[in-house]
Amino acid sequence: MKIKKKIPLIDQASKLGFWGGKFGGNYVPETLKKPIEDLEILFNKLKNDKKFIAERDKYFKNWVGTPTRFIKLKNLTNHVGGAQIWSKVVSDANGGAHKIYNATVHCLLAKRSGKKFIIGDTGAGYAGKMLSMAAKKFGLKCKIFMGAKDISRQKPNVKAMKKNGAEVIPVYSGSQTLVDAVSECMRFWVANCDTTAMCVGSTVGPAVFVRICGWSTSQISRELKVQLIDEFGSIPKKLKLYNCVGGGSSSFGFWNEFMDYDKKQCEFIGVEAGGPVKSKKHAAPLTYGSKIGILHGAAQYVNQDADGQIEETESISAGLDYPGISPLHCFLKDTKRARYTAASDEDALIAYKTVTKFENLRPSLEPSHAFSVAIKEAKKLSKDTIVVVNSCGDAYKDREILKKRLGKKYVKPN
Amino acid sequence: MLNPISLAFQKAKQENRAALLTYTVAGDSSKRQSLDILKSISKNADILELGVPHNTPVADGSQIQTSAYRAIKNGIKVNDIFKIVKDFKKFDRNKPVILMGYYNMIFQYGENKFLNKCKLSGVNGLIVVDLPWPENKNFAKKCKKKSIYFIQLLSPTTTKIRLKKIMKDSHPMNYFISMLSTTGGKLKVSPNDILKKYTKIKKIDPKKEIVIGFGITEKTIGKLKSADGLVVGSAICKEISKSLRHRQNPVTNVSKLVKKLKSKIL
Repeated sequence: MKIKKKIPLIDQASKLGFWGGKFGGNYVPETLKKPIEDLEILFNKLKNDKKFIAERDKYFKNWVGTPTRFIKLKNLTNHVGGAQIWSKVVSDANGGAHKIYNATVHCLLAKRSGKKFIIGDTGAGYAGKMLSMAAKKFGLKCKIFMGAKDISRQKPNVKAMKKNGAEVIPVYSGSQTLVDAVSECMRFWVANCDTTAMCVGSTVGPAVFVRICGWSTSQISRELKVQLIDEFGSIPKKLKLYNCVGGGSSSFGFWNEFMDYDKKQCEFIGVEAGGPVKSKKHAAPLTYGSKIGILHGAAQYVNQDADGQIEETESISAGLDYPGISPLHCFLKDTKRARYTAASDEDALIAYKTVTKFENLRPSLEPSHAFSVAIKEAKKLSKDTIVVVNSCGDAYKDREILKKRLGKKYVKPN
Repeated sequence: MLNPISLAFQKAKQENRAALLTYTVAGDSSKRQSLDILKSISKNADILELGVPHNTPVADGSQIQTSAYRAIKNGIKVNDIFKIVKDFKKFDRNKPVILMGYYNMIFQYGENKFLNKCKLSGVNGLIVVDLPWPENKNFAKKCKKKSIYFIQLLSPTTTKIRLKKIMKDSHPMNYFISMLSTTGGKLKVSPNDILKKYTKIKKIDPKKEIVIGFGITEKTIGKLKSADGLVVGSAICKEISKSLRHRQNPVTNVSKLVKKLKSKIL
């Protein structure tokens, strides 16, 4: 298994949609074969179409807001005392997280295909919030599927979705989290694929959705590359890119443009959600050696029992609370291009406290997982090492959890 | 020897009627009860589909989901399902049994091992919801070697060219999904339109049996009776849920329902 150079990773899948011969694919009901094929044809055409790219860039620039900031966390660097810690503040993007890129592209594709309705899944609520924003912007009717447990723990984003005119459909099956929301969304698509476009909220699902999402979030690394060169004159000799990994959309987008660099120069570190310290449940299939299985149309490492039933996950962060992981990350793991580890709920909370204490930055619980590992590792690294953490979401949505776990003073009133 | 599935269709044809296929979830609501249900409906049903419950079913509506979650909660494992089939076959050796499920369960068990177990326990056919053509080519070949029918699914969205290709590779029985829906949806297409599409598919290879499923209930089954076979699943699962809710015996209630279904296609 090998990564090819000079070919975007999203285009390194086989004809049947497999990366490395075994990750991804299209394990879907027959009814979805045609809509997926139609979407593939459309996307393959448009991703190289200059006009379409210009349209995408126009919306990214004027509506999403590009580039998001790349800032040095000076106080945190001084406090940690080791590598320089920087952050790519992707939460600057319109709506407060990276999910806006994928949502925008899916709406543009839906418009091109003449669909009037768009549906999507959401965990932390960001994918749903952004899809509702983009749907409103592009005049599409929108339904968002969200686990009942997530609805109650991510209220601010639910409110935003409703304000944008989206219908939020609570999912009560299974663990009532992201995994069930994705299943229910796919089921709705099976029954309505003639009129409705589906947006999968991360780099998961049937191969074309993995590709579209990866293509969209790669905006993050395109910007970062320019910003690094602006700042340092060239890509630093020792660069480490830390990102949380749930489904894997922000991390893939954060790394994509650096894929061809040697990992000694540019290392990728993915941080999964280890769950509560005292619980055996987690959302870290790569770190804890889960077996390959099929979930939501794709072969991937996934938490499951010996029979193949998908296991319940547990994480303080709704956005990482998913039993599977993008086929792209499975491929990056097995080719050893990226390194994966996990941070616990408690680690993430401590990191949140540390970052907010020293910096004017409020990473949501998802990137707090990445900060946790970055801070620990930065201590041991040389001063000329550049550590960059993708702060891919804002903590506003987590205010209730933070209030409960850390107390009022960690929640800014707004 | 001919696969009992084909024999069941032959028998129905001799009686000038569609074959009745039932779908129940293995282990719903318990291992024992699901075996009892199979035994009690086998005199009226021609082919028994037995669902392998999975907890992330992307093509099943709420009725089958409820049954599947109930079965999983009650501890059903893949090996128990083979045991149910084996025990059932001791009761009615010639009644064809089809397992229907999602690919991950087969993948984890190991394709070859799964098929060996199918053979040993008396499974005659397989429907794998999320292993479409051409992804299923290899697995279908393996099934054929074991004389197990791999049943291809055909949908209203399947294009003409694709239909032809799938039919060419298909085994003697195929399954036409009546409409764009998960299982158990309300029939939103007229039976006439369904039969029109069915006839078109049938013409591609008249020798192959095509059954129609999804959205078929007591009310609609009679209008589709010109097909080779008709599958009723969610309506039966619903009956089990209802019986449990009312503290009635699911076995007798399901048995009555299947008898009624049969009477509608005679």
